[in-house]
Amino acid sequence: MSAPDFSRSTVNRLSAEHVTLAYDQRVIAEQLSVEIPDHSFTVIVGPNACGKSTLLRALSRMLKPSRGEVLLDGRDIRSLPAKQVARTLGLLPQSAVAPEGITVADLVGRGRYPHQGLLRQWSAEDERVVQESMRQTGVAELAERYVDELSGGQRQRVWIAMALAQQTPLLLLDEPTTYLDIQHQIDVLDLCAELHETQGRTLVAVLHDLNHAARYATHLIALRGGEVIAEGAPEDIVTAALVERVFGLKCQVVEDPETGTPLVVPAARKARVQRVTAAS
Amino acid sequence: MRTHSRSRAVRVPGGLSLRLDPRALVVVALLLLAALAAGVALIGTGDAHIPAADVLKALAGNGNAYQDFIVRELRLPRVLVGLLVGASLGLGGALFQSVSRNPLGSPDVLGLSQGATAGALVVIVLLSGGAAEVTLGALTGGLVTGLAIYLLAWKQGVQGYRLVLVGIGVSAVVTAVNGYLLTKADLVDAARAVVWMTGSLDGRDWDQVWPLLGLCAVLLPLVLAYGRGLRMLEMGDDTAGALGVPVQRVRLVLMVSAVLLTAAATAAAGPVGFVALTAPQLARRLTRSPGPNLVASLCMGAALLVTADWASQRVFGAGRLPVGVVTGVLGGGYLLWLLVTERRAGRI
Repeated sequence: MSAPDFSRSTVNRLSAEHVTLAYDQRVIAEQLSVEIPDHSFTVIVGPNACGKSTLLRALSRMLKPSRGEVLLDGRDIRSLPAKQVARTLGLLPQSAVAPEGITVADLVGRGRYPHQGLLRQWSAEDERVVQESMRQTGVAELAERYVDELSGGQRQRVWIAMALAQQTPLLLLDEPTTYLDIQHQIDVLDLCAELHETQGRTLVAVLHDLNHAARYATHLIALRGGEVIAEGAPEDIVTAALVERVFGLKCQVVEDPETGTPLVVPAARKARVQRVTAAS
Repeated sequence: MRTHSRSRAVRVPGGLSLRLDPRALVVVALLLLAALAAGVALIGTGDAHIPAADVLKALAGNGNAYQDFIVRELRLPRVLVGLLVGASLGLGGALFQSVSRNPLGSPDVLGLSQGATAGALVVIVLLSGGAAEVTLGALTGGLVTGLAIYLLAWKQGVQGYRLVLVGIGVSAVVTAVNGYLLTKADLVDAARAVVWMTGSLDGRDWDQVWPLLGLCAVLLPLVLAYGRGLRMLEMGDDTAGALGVPVQRVRLVLMVSAVLLTAAATAAAGPVGFVALTAPQLARRLTRSPGPNLVASLCMGAALLVTADWASQRVFGAGRLPVGVVTGVLGGGYLLWLLVTERRAGRI
């Protein structure tokens, strides 16, 4: 792939500045500020309904903050032209649906939309990038297959290929491992790590599994109730105290025997039951 | 392993490139041919039968005076109205089904046709208006209903399922109003109203052709330009938005266009049932291509409507059976089949 210019700068490209996020009248987060370090693999974790997907939607301008702003390259993301943003920042939402009867190559090709126009519908460059994206995600041999026929793991790879074809230096993924079995979860996370390491892309993912997050993230953001409880390298911030504070779970944090990263081991049921009894 | 014929790119030096699906192109060409052939056959059909060759001659202006008059003054406008109404309904249906991401999200089901009927009934029953007023009333009724559905279904944007459910609710209310209006009518008005409500091409002339042609000429380029965004919308709002599609604007422009097309078609020929529902689905099965298949649906709608009108005249004689009855019977059967297969696929 002709390496798109993901040039370094001293200021991080994407950040949320004191944003208030709400659906209708339901406020999810207030005065939330988050910085996405450039060239990081940032993972956002937190309990259900802590606002992690909402934050991701705001960072990708799918949700308009009722206060504050999301900055992309120093400018309010909502003031930038949509297609320009789409050439800088990609999003793979949870809600993505494959149209009926679409082939893998067709779906991946749709990622080229922000690079196309009415009179420039399918350039040689589009073709090349689509092939390259399919190769990188290991779905090239599925190119002519229908997406409906694929397994969950293959389908997720195809969606990631579509997001890659968008050729954005920043890529946001909302729970890319949901509904996959453990082997395919690791498979998808390995792919993300590879994209991060070899191409210098900035990746931001929302993940459910804290241990996956601790293993793969270079930067971790822990959210609870719309507030950032801690952020930093997993080795620095994942402690038993933090897990208890964020998830309300008593646990031990040990060293992952494979990678040396923090590994969260929930306390035995007995120990937790005693704690509850003592508290009440 | 099933494979799918890939679309081809046509590139011109200087950066211009077009993406074409060969199969879809062939389907569009064949449907267009079928629609025109059915149109020629329809012109030839009636109390005075005219062979196809003579019809073509007369259309080119080389027939005898008698045939020229019948073909160009009496029957051509009717066929053109049929083609335009079918095309508008096919395109409108494709837009609605794509926006709602639901094959049931067609104007028939959403209550737009019923709304146009209500407008026409108000003019016929309460105001005793003439043909032109009825057309205007139907157009107004369709537009008001479309606006009502859009506003009721609006919640930070219009979502597919909510649109369909709100549409079904609106449809029920408007149908009740229509029933009430009919009971208020005297016998003559009621008979006139019922004829209008079946949907027919009888007695249509150039007065119906021009407004419909004008509207199509304006809306078709607009709809096609926004069609690329619509393709992206099929993957979900966030996915399309992340690709740089102005989601709400695309949806609003296309919904308004679809409402206009449907209302104008209904105003011209009455609520011809089920063309908007079936044409996009049939077109899609022929092209086997994902996406809204706008042009193919348009051609399919035109071919369906004119063929149905021709069939009803051939089988039952001229002016006996309005085209709406034929499309209703065929379309109703199709709807049942659709419900059964969708149910089997676990989608409803």
